[in-house]
Amino acid sequence: MPELSYLESINQALHQEMERDENVFILGEDVGEFGGAFKATAGLYEKFGSRRVLDTPMCEWAFIGLANGAAMMGLKPVVEIQFADFISTGFDPIVQYAATTHYRWGAKVPLVIRAPWGGGACAGPFHSQCKEAWFAHCPGLKVVIPSTPHDAKGLLISAIRDPNPVIFFEPKYLYRREKMEVPLETYSTPIGEAAVRREGSDLSIITYGAMVLEAVEAAETLSVENISCEVIDLRTLVPLDKKAVLDSVRKTSRALIVHEAVKTGGFGAEIAAIISEEAFDVLDAPPARLTAPDTPVPYSPPLEKAFRPDAGKIAARARQLAAY
Amino acid sequence: MSADSINKIPGKKLLELLYWMMLTRRIDDRCEALFKQGRFPGGIFSQEGHEAISVGSAILLEEGDAIAPMHRDLGAYLVRGMSPGRIFAQAMGRQGSPSGGRDVNTHGLGDLSLRIFGYVSHLPQSMGIALGAAYSFLYRKEDRVALTYFGDGASSEGGCHEALNLAAVLKAPVVFILENNQYAYSTPIEKQCLVENLSIRAEGYGIPGVTIDGTDVIAVMEATREAIGRARAGDGPTLIECKNLRLKGHAAHDPADYIPPGLLKRWKKRDPISLFRERLENSGILDGNKLAELQGRIEAEIEEGVEWAEASPWPEAATLEKDVFSDA
Repeated sequence: MPELSYLESINQALHQEMERDENVFILGEDVGEFGGAFKATAGLYEKFGSRRVLDTPMCEWAFIGLANGAAMMGLKPVVEIQFADFISTGFDPIVQYAATTHYRWGAKVPLVIRAPWGGGACAGPFHSQCKEAWFAHCPGLKVVIPSTPHDAKGLLISAIRDPNPVIFFEPKYLYRREKMEVPLETYSTPIGEAAVRREGSDLSIITYGAMVLEAVEAAETLSVENISCEVIDLRTLVPLDKKAVLDSVRKTSRALIVHEAVKTGGFGAEIAAIISEEAFDVLDAPPARLTAPDTPVPYSPPLEKAFRPDAGKIAARARQLAAY
Repeated sequence: MSADSINKIPGKKLLELLYWMMLTRRIDDRCEALFKQGRFPGGIFSQEGHEAISVGSAILLEEGDAIAPMHRDLGAYLVRGMSPGRIFAQAMGRQGSPSGGRDVNTHGLGDLSLRIFGYVSHLPQSMGIALGAAYSFLYRKEDRVALTYFGDGASSEGGCHEALNLAAVLKAPVVFILENNQYAYSTPIEKQCLVENLSIRAEGYGIPGVTIDGTDVIAVMEATREAIGRARAGDGPTLIECKNLRLKGHAAHDPADYIPPGLLKRWKKRDPISLFRERLENSGILDGNKLAELQGRIEAEIEEGVEWAEASPWPEAATLEKDVFSDA
């Protein structure tokens, strides 16, 4: 089985889905001849041409609107937002139109919006943000954040085949970090199912995106200290695999929720609330959150390091929680 | 208005235009009356003064063409096949409406089988939607066109600029109709822009733009016909600015006392339906009998529509959480 990076995996999924289905097309800024800012769409323009790999001017509002209209006409647009931070310039077509249309008058809006997401690359306040909570708060949108090359391919294929609008955030910190075996054939990883990345019995670390890697590293560190951590990778926030979260917490009685996004109103609050509401009886400690602080994402290395959770910080917080 | 331009159009077609405009007006009146009687909540956006624009443009679409109307385009919905009963049911929040009671008045009044896209309040969102339909026609090499509408108010939104520019760059087969009724809710046009004609903005996108009299249904038809021809020929989008005045308030609750009485009086003399009716009478196409026949037919359709809507059941509260997502 070939080893692929996260980015190569995304690229392969796009190639294969475009070959499979004539209705799938890509649009966004610099996605065509240039192959995208991160080269996620490399080689597609050469293979499928400008009709199916559409370079747009800088106009997220209009090209996401276009994608909505095209989707309702039976096409399958895969929009690339150059950096997830820029998604706010195309907010209305996503949260007002795409999210509500099926509920309002029954038309399906099957589009995928892919966006390189998150920090860890010293890219500053406007190339590092994690805005998944904005979209999780809009009924009608699915929100997917894969953490491995294998899931990136399988979940992107599922997203493209899904009849609903899917926001697909790709932790760019992982783009070239680790390679893993990824089957050459197409496969779909179901949207809405969490994965247990490591089994454990003392506490559950519930996370997603680039923090999965950090959580697993923290769990390895803690295992030496005889603290057994289970790591739950949510993979999709909407629909949420509540059962996986609650099953794990019922097993460990302690929950540490970790995300790269800022704390207030973050998705971790939702997880903590669910655990408090539905598994209060088994808890040995209050659900804990380890997140970025409530600030914009700073640029300078020492500041970003202080801002972003990592394996060391996760291990430290987990130790406290285990001792509670 | 010269009598010449209507001589080229068959009398039957002209009467059809009048029928749709009168039907639009009567549904509008009836909705307002029902709303004021407390027969449904929500609100009603008056169509008065806009009938020539929506009817004169939508009448030119063919089967398979797409339309993304807004809240002053009731005529376009009707022309494209939305029945009065479904329109009343939507206002009343009934199950038989296109939104099944989930969206209000003309919002979300969509039906893909008719290629009518329901709109959201965030105008001019429909410009992007129509552009997407137009792109699907290019994509599949179909000889089709998309038509969409926005107001002078929405012309100040950034998305309007983005959509016009993107449509121009893609040479998309889409026609943009700007209904300049001189008011964005209470804000008069002179507080919205400094140009006399908003259509001159088309030049900035490298596409044709034209300003016409939005009270003249034939002028709307002619300009739209030319724009559709251009779109079908592969020459890209056109911006058509139709000037009129919104003859009532923004919605039924709004007395619109901010509109100077003199201005309103002047434009009331240019009521698009009265103007067209007179023109047909002067040309001998319409007489008292034909008019009575039209009115009778319209009243019967409206009665039937209201009855149908009121007989449509209320949506069940148990369905509240259904259909947020599509299963297949």
